[in-house]
Amino acid sequence: MSAENTDVRDRYWHKTRNLTILVLVLWAFFSLVIPAMVGTLDNVTFLGFPLGFYMIAQGSLIAFVLIIWFQNWRQDVIDDEFGFGDEQ
Amino acid sequence: MALIQGRFLDNIGRVYGIYTGGFIAFILLMAVLEQLGVGADTIGILFVGFTIAIYALIGWLSRTMEVDAYYVAGRQVPAVYNGMATAADWMSGASFVALAGGVYFGGYGYMAFIIGWTGGYVLVNSLMAPYLRKFGCYTVPDFIGTRYGGNLARFCAVVVLVVASFTYVTAQINATGTIAARALHIPFSWGVWFGLLGILLCSMLGGMRAVTWTQVAQYIVLIIAYLVPVIWMSNVQGFGIIPHFTYGEAAANMAQFEAQYGLNPPAEEIPGLSVLTTPHTGPVGELAQWKFVTLALCMMAGTASLPHILMRYFTTPSVRAARKSVGWSLLFIFLLYFTAPALATLTKLQLLDPSLPTAIIGKSFDEVASLDWIQNWSSVGFLAIADQNGDNILQLNEFFMRPDIVVLATPEIAGLPYVISGLVAAGGMAAAMSTADGLLLAIANALSHDLYYKMIDPRADTSVRLIVARILLLGIGALGALIASLQLTGILGAVAWAFCFACSGLFFPLMLGVWWRRANREGAIAGMIAGFVAGTAYLYYVYNGGTPWLGLDHLRFGIVGMAASLTAMVVVTLLTPAPDEEIQRMVDDTRVPVGPPILGAAH
Repeated sequence: MSAENTDVRDRYWHKTRNLTILVLVLWAFFSLVIPAMVGTLDNVTFLGFPLGFYMIAQGSLIAFVLIIWFQNWRQDVIDDEFGFGDEQ
Repeated sequence: MALIQGRFLDNIGRVYGIYTGGFIAFILLMAVLEQLGVGADTIGILFVGFTIAIYALIGWLSRTMEVDAYYVAGRQVPAVYNGMATAADWMSGASFVALAGGVYFGGYGYMAFIIGWTGGYVLVNSLMAPYLRKFGCYTVPDFIGTRYGGNLARFCAVVVLVVASFTYVTAQINATGTIAARALHIPFSWGVWFGLLGILLCSMLGGMRAVTWTQVAQYIVLIIAYLVPVIWMSNVQGFGIIPHFTYGEAAANMAQFEAQYGLNPPAEEIPGLSVLTTPHTGPVGELAQWKFVTLALCMMAGTASLPHILMRYFTTPSVRAARKSVGWSLLFIFLLYFTAPALATLTKLQLLDPSLPTAIIGKSFDEVASLDWIQNWSSVGFLAIADQNGDNILQLNEFFMRPDIVVLATPEIAGLPYVISGLVAAGGMAAAMSTADGLLLAIANALSHDLYYKMIDPRADTSVRLIVARILLLGIGALGALIASLQLTGILGAVAWAFCFACSGLFFPLMLGVWWRRANREGAIAGMIAGFVAGTAYLYYVYNGGTPWLGLDHLRFGIVGMAASLTAMVVVTLLTPAPDEEIQRMVDDTRVPVGPPILGAAH
């Protein structure tokens, strides 16, 4: 492995890691913080639902789907930027 | 065979399109038969029998004697179809049958399962799946054994995998037995063996390839079977065309009915049945939030460590396809999981809201006792009404029900035709069978590939390896059915335990294997042993009446296991030398999506 190659890999991994950290922060917010606040959020009404109930029944689930699709979109961009996305 | 496989993959959309159309035609045919006066029992038998025959046919068509096809479906499953297969693999009998009932009775506290079983996929996608796919392993212990090196690490991973998956699979075989017994009118103990027969027909001949294509078929059945009754019921009862977005008011009004009828424990308990005592929307009790978060965390980390899920992502053609298929998986899973709370809310509303014709609470006792669905379900002991205060009015705490019949009974409560109940039975069967298949295969593959081929006889040739794998599949399936027929735990208890076992033993060794280059063999072995032993010891302690620490009961022992696992792994790794250069280069290669896999196809 050449020095330049190592450098490219390091920068690739740096970006991948930052994206992963961002994803994990969003994940923790929707899976751990929001459920812990349901009692308070239930005082707000959203689409007719008590907001806290809505979040653990639907809202956080939608957020998880979007987080994964967002991550895959960003990761594909990073892969392509470093030429690691050439495969089928 | 390769030619047929190629042609099949080219036409895959058409094949499953025809299959879906055929299934819908079958439902319509059953509806016509019902109108012509064919009995409910016959329709139930036709539904379950017809769908199992289709799965068995797919299993037979996918038979193979190639290692790559047997273990990883030839690594050519397109992302969308792998997503469907994963969703079926994932959604067990518990998800299908028990989830809505759990929300109905458990409210806020129970919904930690919904968050846990969906949020876990974010961890699968960001921490595990793409890297394990790049690695090119056949099984999860294959990754542990190669990354850390040595038979001891591999063996520890096999042990955790077998314990977690086996706990889970007995619950699934139990569920197939319950459904088969009810639909086919046979005793439960026969139902269990009948269910096992169906499960093995799907996986014996074709391994992962057969399981993949049957799971896609099973997903289509189970999602139709879950969504159709809910949407139909909602339209019949005037809750909106797509109830998911319109049941907000129902959820908000629930508090009013709860106050009106009172959430009181019954005067006299009936064993095995529950009355509603938990509010629908909000947390109650001191540790409610903490309990929610810890349970969700165990389920999420467990999701990211359960081998039958991780190995599904070994079957995609590329790393990018593996990631994409995680996205599809969660979307397909989401369709069921965001329906369950809607179903629970609307079913509850139908029973409680006095302005609806289906309401039973607050009605005269004799009137309720004469309803067909009340009689049907009481006769099998799954439901009971008892006028315990003698006022001849059915109170909320006089209506007893087994939580896991909510999904099965809802079509009858809403007065839908029997064809819907038959459809639901077929869906529940598909859900339980597909999960059982994935789990049995995960266990048998780990034993045949890691224990037999890698550790006992590395020179065994292909046909011997595949015959060993099949014999193990048969043996483990029989053992699972035997234990299931003893009915030791309820469906849900066993499922939560499986997640806790998996995350206690495997989560950190897997994750740090990719994310911490310094992690070494000694650390991984310490992490697996400490996590698994601490978790199991704590489970033993609380299950035998020990006082839980911080409210961590037997469903949450994974928290204790994971804490022990992380601590042991980090401390031992730092006290022992870093892994050699070759291993570190292996980790670097794992992190890059292109290039040859770490393990070649013939390993």
